[in-house]
Amino acid sequence: MLSRVANCIYWMARYIERADNIARLVDVNLQLLLDYFQSDKTKLDQYWEPILKSLSIEEAFHAKYQLANTDCATDFLTFDLSNPSSIKSCIRTARENARLVRDQISTEIWEEINRLYHFVNAASAEEIWESSPSEFYRQIRQSSQIFQGLSSSTVLHDEAWEFNQIGKYLERADMTTRILDVKYHILLPRVEDVGGALDTFQWLVILRSTSAMEAYMKTYNSDVTPLQAAEFLILNNIFPRAVRFCIRLVDSALRRLAHLREGEFSHPVEKISGKLLAELDYSAIEDVFQYGLHEYLDHLQVEFNHIGEAMQQTYIYSPAQEMGSEVIWHQQQIQQQ
Amino acid sequence: MDLIHNYSTDGFFDELLDENHQPRPHYAHFIEKLSHLTAEEFAERRQEAEIYFLHRGITFTVYGDAQGVERIIPFDCIPRIIPHREWKRLEEGLIQRITALNLFLHDVYHDQKIIRDGVIPRHYIESARHFRREFIGFNVPRDIYIHICGTDLVRDRNGQYLVLEDNGRCPSGVSYMLENRQAMKRVFPEFFSGANVLPIDAYPSALLRMLQYIAPQGVDDPTVVLLTPGLYNSAYFEHAFLAKSMGIDIVEGADLVVKNHIVYMRTTRGLKPVHVIYRRIDDDFLDPTVFRKDSLLGVPGLIEAYRRGNVSLANSIGTGVADDKVIYYFVPRMIRYYLDQEPIIPNVQTYLAQEPRDYTYILEHLNQLVVKSANESGGYGMLIGPQASSEEIAEFKRKIIADPRNYIAQEPIALSRHPTYCEGKFEGRHIDLRPYILYGEKITIVPGGLTRVALPKGSLVVNSSQGGGTKDTWVLHEDTTN
Repeated sequence: MLSRVANCIYWMARYIERADNIARLVDVNLQLLLDYFQSDKTKLDQYWEPILKSLSIEEAFHAKYQLANTDCATDFLTFDLSNPSSIKSCIRTARENARLVRDQISTEIWEEINRLYHFVNAASAEEIWESSPSEFYRQIRQSSQIFQGLSSSTVLHDEAWEFNQIGKYLERADMTTRILDVKYHILLPRVEDVGGALDTFQWLVILRSTSAMEAYMKTYNSDVTPLQAAEFLILNNIFPRAVRFCIRLVDSALRRLAHLREGEFSHPVEKISGKLLAELDYSAIEDVFQYGLHEYLDHLQVEFNHIGEAMQQTYIYSPAQEMGSEVIWHQQQIQQQ
Repeated sequence: MDLIHNYSTDGFFDELLDENHQPRPHYAHFIEKLSHLTAEEFAERRQEAEIYFLHRGITFTVYGDAQGVERIIPFDCIPRIIPHREWKRLEEGLIQRITALNLFLHDVYHDQKIIRDGVIPRHYIESARHFRREFIGFNVPRDIYIHICGTDLVRDRNGQYLVLEDNGRCPSGVSYMLENRQAMKRVFPEFFSGANVLPIDAYPSALLRMLQYIAPQGVDDPTVVLLTPGLYNSAYFEHAFLAKSMGIDIVEGADLVVKNHIVYMRTTRGLKPVHVIYRRIDDDFLDPTVFRKDSLLGVPGLIEAYRRGNVSLANSIGTGVADDKVIYYFVPRMIRYYLDQEPIIPNVQTYLAQEPRDYTYILEHLNQLVVKSANESGGYGMLIGPQASSEEIAEFKRKIIADPRNYIAQEPIALSRHPTYCEGKFEGRHIDLRPYILYGEKITIVPGGLTRVALPKGSLVVNSSQGGGTKDTWVLHEDTTN
């Protein structure tokens, strides 16, 4: 397939996944705000700070707003086009990529992305949000699920599918680490609060943000503890949002792309992903905490970037073109008839 | 829903009603079906059609805005219907025309007999902006120049079909023809039962067959691609639609690379040879090493690969000379000269500003004529004399005096009209018809075409860039009336 097409499919899948995750994150936190902090204005004004930090968008946010209160933060995360990771931006980027390859994706996939795009861009979108944010985010998540269902059931499971898988699972692994990292940025009032009600509550939010609560209960059959929650989201092998699960799927997609058998390698990218997978396979959560949870999540994010870059080098890289985009835009338009 | 009540033809030729205000027989079945719908039902279905277009992303890009705004092309739900016998005659006329045009192109790039025999003055050919003298003596694959032609037809006050122009470079719009039919079938399925409408779905496979046919010699299983200018081109939707319907790759210039005069595309598995390019980019932009140096859309080295016969292009290079509006004037002469036949579909009465006698006539009658510049399209660079202000007329006068070669004038045609749904009722609106002709191993014309409709009241300009809309076009099977 064309390298450009592979690239578009990869980014389309990534951005749809990102929109989905941000919708989960914002929705869950909005709901929890209904229960907590109602009286404490200072806390309310900073509530979203850790979330912005974990997404690495706090600088962009503070260039525009002082306080990370609910109004500014949810707007920045949902509708603000100056934030490339806002839901609206993600959906725009996903659709732009889909539009470039609409001959390569199924009509159903294209229509779903297009529908989603029109949903968030309609004048009524903010009204729907005003009347029920939860309903708004549900629609985003649902559309992302439909996109995934259609991706697996309406296209050939060929190369394009592998790039879709790599984009989706790499993004999901990354978002899971970011959601987990929110916990690091929320400072507990006192050291002795660790394991206390507030701490447990915060871990609960994390699990809910990743739709992991029910699966967690099923797995551990016990209260939420930091160690188990982190273990579940990083090292679980059969929960589809856990980092290890995602990296296993990224790795196997990369191996199928290169037609490799067990133990074989043909590009650096498979070594990088294979090494990370082995690390996750053979790590215990105690090792992670000893290393430092935040530090470990950082390390994982760096590795995800390495996989993405090496994949680009192997399959997509073509000499960068120094072009004036304005000129291209003009030339594309003046073609006749 | 009653279509005829309160409907006035205002003295124009109406596609649906005859001069006695009676429906023409080939519309009877449709009118009967429509009468079963209430006004509310009809309005609801119309809305469904719009949602269909929006959700499918069937859009074109309006230029001039900073980002290029996507719009749905307005779609009118009352189909234009053409009886079988009438279509047969049109088909013959279009085949005659594309045959003559291809013979002409071969001739001007080879022996130039038509010039030497004095049928077309040499200076008109040599001054044509898209005449590629670099390709004189060059043999294009299978001797076909125009593979895809979109010929614009109109009907005058007497219902006589006339050729308005031949679009022989990269004509667009065929995707709307196909999507309009899909939308109609989906939203008004009952209109079709018993209507005997000829199907048009064969277009993409006929197009692919034609493209494969022109592959370089010795290539059995050619790789065919569609070359697009890119996402911001007005017809990008169509490029993607056609590539998908044919199962071929859509590529941008940067996806292609030429090595040792062979064209390759960059894939995830390295370079893959390309044999046939359905290019939707103008000649000028195809190869910055040959034509416009500043082109960022093209592929360096493409033309040399083409010259060496390693890759085929559709349409061939240099076809623009045949759709120069001045050369259009000579098409009836070409038909007589090459085929020894009378043109089946006549041209619109046309004057050439560079001919001394016509020049005086044009300048004296500007307020009664339609003036067009030789190489514009999309409804740009036009003067509609009877509707123009005195400033506009003065401006065109200056332009014509400065560059008479670049202008033609035509008698305004009282274009035929068709009932069209306008704010709750049916009104007559002017229409034209663009059938698509494919020239491969044989000449294929799917029965129908794109009917464009000028939506603003009284307007004669049907281009989408000028606020035009479209209709589904039905050609009936021969077993039906007429």
